[in-house]
Amino acid sequence: MALLQIAEPGESAAPHEHRLAVGIDLGTTNSLVATVRSGMSVVLNDERGRPLLPSIVRYAAGGEIEVGYVAQSHQASDPRNTVVSAKRFMGRGRKDIAHVEMLPYDFIDAEGMVKLKTAQGIKSPVEVSAEVLKVLRHRAEASLGGELTGVVITVPAYFDDAQRQATKDAARLAGLNLLRLLNEPTAAAIAYGLDNGAEGVYAVFDLGGGTFDVSILRLSKGVFEVMATGGDSALGGDDFDHRVFCWIIEQAGLAPLSPHDVRLLQVRAREAKEYLSQHDEAPITVKLGSGEYVDVTLTTDIFTEITRTLVQKTLVPTRKALRDAGLAAEDIKGVVMVGGSTRMPQIQHAVGEFFRQEPLNNLDPDKVVALGAAIQANLLAGNRSAGDDWLLLDVIPLSLGLETMGGLVEKVIPRNSTIPIARAQEFTTYKDGQTALAVHVVQGERELVSDCRSLARFELRGIPPMVAGAARIRVSFQVDADGLLSVTAREQTTGHEARIEVKPSYGLSDDEIAAMLKDSFSHASDDAFRRALREAQVEAQRLIEAVASALKDDAELLSAEERSYIDNAIVRLQAAVMGDDRRAIDQAMDALSKGTNEFAARRMNKNVSKALAGKKIDQIGLDA
Amino acid sequence: MTTFPLDFSADYFALFGLARAQGIDAAALETRFRDIQAQVHPDKHAQGSEANQRLAMQWATRVNEAYQTLKSPLARARYLLQLQGHDAQVESNTSMPMEFLVAQMELREAVAEARVGADDTALDGLRRTLVSEMKGEYQRLQELIDTRQDFPVAAELVRQLMFQEKLLHEIDDALEAVLA
Repeated sequence: MALLQIAEPGESAAPHEHRLAVGIDLGTTNSLVATVRSGMSVVLNDERGRPLLPSIVRYAAGGEIEVGYVAQSHQASDPRNTVVSAKRFMGRGRKDIAHVEMLPYDFIDAEGMVKLKTAQGIKSPVEVSAEVLKVLRHRAEASLGGELTGVVITVPAYFDDAQRQATKDAARLAGLNLLRLLNEPTAAAIAYGLDNGAEGVYAVFDLGGGTFDVSILRLSKGVFEVMATGGDSALGGDDFDHRVFCWIIEQAGLAPLSPHDVRLLQVRAREAKEYLSQHDEAPITVKLGSGEYVDVTLTTDIFTEITRTLVQKTLVPTRKALRDAGLAAEDIKGVVMVGGSTRMPQIQHAVGEFFRQEPLNNLDPDKVVALGAAIQANLLAGNRSAGDDWLLLDVIPLSLGLETMGGLVEKVIPRNSTIPIARAQEFTTYKDGQTALAVHVVQGERELVSDCRSLARFELRGIPPMVAGAARIRVSFQVDADGLLSVTAREQTTGHEARIEVKPSYGLSDDEIAAMLKDSFSHASDDAFRRALREAQVEAQRLIEAVASALKDDAELLSAEERSYIDNAIVRLQAAVMGDDRRAIDQAMDALSKGTNEFAARRMNKNVSKALAGKKIDQIGLDA
Repeated sequence: MTTFPLDFSADYFALFGLARAQGIDAAALETRFRDIQAQVHPDKHAQGSEANQRLAMQWATRVNEAYQTLKSPLARARYLLQLQGHDAQVESNTSMPMEFLVAQMELREAVAEARVGADDTALDGLRRTLVSEMKGEYQRLQELIDTRQDFPVAAELVRQLMFQEKLLHEIDDALEAVLA
């Protein structure tokens, strides 16, 4: 027997050894861990048989760290030190978090990502998430009886680079070997695809508590290809609860409520909604703190009526994703339902009607993501058997681009490109003798930098001085299989290089992503107008620079009167550039151009005579 | 050590074992793409050495790029022209026949008008007309490249089609805005 076996990379040392691998659904509200056991994907329960782990971490004053149900029980008594929904803060700055003032935490706005002041010191959302991951890791190791080889962690498909990076960091902090970050809808499709032996194009409809995600995937001959993904990150089950809440207030004719009564009615609203998934009507009776009684009955018909617009809202991104995939509803072979909110009959009905077929519901919508992640983890860990081999081709959810002159975005990689992917774009210098170039990487669908999310900034220095437009700077983007970006910039003539792993410069809220996606089409004409304005501004700035540079060299060619006319025109153009009237800019540019025509002609003459002055007569052919 | 039995310097057509032509067998392209990705994708090398994983990423990247280029008839034509030494000059050459430009401008106005008037029927009609027009032009493009090998004329048609693809995208955006 060999004491030491040396294995080739990619091959296992002992062919029959089963590597322990798990899939983790790191959720906003709850997290789960699953594994493949005897060929079946199963969720691993805690010692009390519960599958879910509330994604809640408490940093108690005594020094202990509590995670899950224990932490949840202290949520009311120790709100400051009990962190709920840390996923919402991952890769986010303070100003990016919705309703930050309503949250009970002591936020510190650190570079790149917020941090929270707790009884155990300052904690970042990455550390909080790592605590959740550690508990799931221990649960898995206790249950499987050994150390984990690797994990797959799921992220929402719309997660941007900063949020993916933060999730990856949390895994590292929890001591996990991250095999891959996997998009949640893709994970759900894997769970269905393998269980049901599916072939064809599928839609994954994922309606959670606060977000909506839709993906179109093609499954064929063992390849899962994501064709398009979209969503609305400010639409979820909570919005349905809110409609019911408002309806109760209206029906009962209630006066302004105390915070306690608001919470009470919110809970009742959600219960009524859930009750209606199985029944035709839900009685709502509440005794409020004010002493008032509420006694109303919510019927299915009323609920359908008051939530109709919300249901319709889910179909907008669905249509868009279909369009991105170049498909029609008839082309979809099956619709996978994910997320507890898809239990609502109204959603089931609308989806069924839109795709003209019954949606697939045979897997628990709360578990399906973790189950799929486990299957992918099992494959990546190398536990594959014959006939149990497939490939996943995923896409990047949001376009990546660079800031160009005037705050415009030049898209380098469009959304829904299959990853890994690389693209390069060439840029040049804007001023004579420019030796540095600032590179600003952004993510989003809009045309203006200010409307997209800033991912990173870096500078390429040491460009040899050349005239404007002569340098050739090639900026290359590489997105890896986890959807993470790295950028390099290289001056082509000298080979001078700057390289960066993109680390987020600040975060962006889910609301902003949803708004970004929505705005990219509803403001298209507005963008076009602003784009034209920006272009005029850039053009004007260029003219001013050119004239200023000419004045510096050849001011003596002008009379005092001519000079003052030009100076005047420059000032007027500068003023116009500050405003947003494109016509005014055009007019001021015309005036400056006209005023400098004669000057340009004289400069040309001077330069020609200078060139001639240095040469002998016979060299210019006048000696005949 | 896993090896990648492929030639990194091969052009995209050679990579997928296809003849260099505008008319291609789409099904063969897709099958080849999947077969190659099944070998080179990073997921297939998750347990490999770091160097191997990097190589896998580079290969998968190149195969994705090649597939995207050959799948789209417009990108494929541009690539073919480039291989033939006839750059389509999409950035530098903006000259178009006057007739075409006028027609485009009118169409664009019609789209803007339908968008403002939230007239999805009109947009649908414009879309249908444009799509059928472009279908004929793509056929002509294939003939120009594959049969007549008239690359300068093909390059001009590529530039026009880029215009039209953009317009098609605008119509889709307008439709989406109107329907939302």
